[in-house]
Amino acid sequence: MNTPLFTGALVRLAAADPEKDAAPWAGWMRDSEFLRLLDTDPAVPESAAQRKKDIEERGEPKNTGFPFVIRALADDRLLGFVGLWIGPSWNHRNGWIGIGLGERATWGQGYGTDTLNVVLRYAFQELDLHRVSLGVFEYNPRALRAYEKAGFVLEGRTRQDTRRAGRYWDSCWMGILHSEWEARQS
Amino acid sequence: MFRLSEQLFQGARLSLTAHEPDQDAAVEARWTNDPEYLRLVSNEPARPLSAAAIKKKYEEQEKEKNHRRLSFALRLRGEAAPAPAEGDAQAAPAACPERLIGFVRFENIDWSNGSARLVLGIGAADDRRRGYGTEALGLALRYAFEELNLHRLGAEIAAYNQGALRLLEQAGFQVEVRRREALYRDGRRWDDLWLGLLSEEWQARRAEAQA
Repeated sequence: MNTPLFTGALVRLAAADPEKDAAPWAGWMRDSEFLRLLDTDPAVPESAAQRKKDIEERGEPKNTGFPFVIRALADDRLLGFVGLWIGPSWNHRNGWIGIGLGERATWGQGYGTDTLNVVLRYAFQELDLHRVSLGVFEYNPRALRAYEKAGFVLEGRTRQDTRRAGRYWDSCWMGILHSEWEARQS
Repeated sequence: MFRLSEQLFQGARLSLTAHEPDQDAAVEARWTNDPEYLRLVSNEPARPLSAAAIKKKYEEQEKEKNHRRLSFALRLRGEAAPAPAEGDAQAAPAACPERLIGFVRFENIDWSNGSARLVLGIGAADDRRRGYGTEALGLALRYAFEELNLHRLGAEIAAYNQGALRLLEQAGFQVEVRRREALYRDGRRWDDLWLGLLSEEWQARRAEAQA
């Protein structure tokens, strides 16, 4: 029972603090590269006030979503956010991961991989999910590599579902089964 | 050429219409007593729904029309009314009775990327395997590509839903993603299949069919 459930080698998962975290988070929302790696919505900046409201709303604990922020173990700085969303509903025991590392200085330094390890352990050992899924754009090879490194298997591509910069791109969909994750722990 | 007179909501036997919450809810509520139907059209836990709950769903769908989701009732037209007697030009055409047999829904409409997901259901077991799905899918695709101007249309089905897989593949959809063991039904794990059809693929098939 003493597994450090929220802590990895470089990061820890925590609840977001609306007062302290809204301003740096809103700062990431001015980075169009970050936004275009995050989701398919048109990139739009967001105010710190709006972000504070969102953090407050999401802070209400729910059994269908498990949002965290990512903090550096070294200095407790806010680096990004990550969450597990149960879907379509609990009966199939599937979770979706959403992850965003807003602090550009942390890109390519192993923070994403460390976060994934912590989140997968949470998904399988605390939530007892059967599998975890995620989606990633084909124009984000850095993330694709990180997911493969964490054990995710590419399960297919939805063709041309995202239009960016004047052309269509595929989305890649990945999954990892509980049994696959278990086999990697030894 | 713009075939403006071609009726988007009419097929040979079926019509796409709005839902009439008061009349339709009782019919759809009856369908939800059939677990087979529920397990073919949805990954949510199967459960019977009251007419009141379904009526509320229709009213919510009406409110969000043209936003992220768009829903149609699928109706089977009755036998054609007999033509008015010769010389009786004043007779109004007899009202054609229609029966609710299913639904067509576009979900996750992503306007800036031109993509959406199609969900299609035929409610009563007696109405399945009569070609209604094929006709409804034809109407849905024409609407998706010629009216919503989508670039692609996706669909999601459980691997045990062989009927839907055949229907979609016959219409040109390709299986793009196989989400391994993503569903648990009837005591075992099943794959969840995601399919997709591009606008240009649909256009090419249509041109071929009309040639």
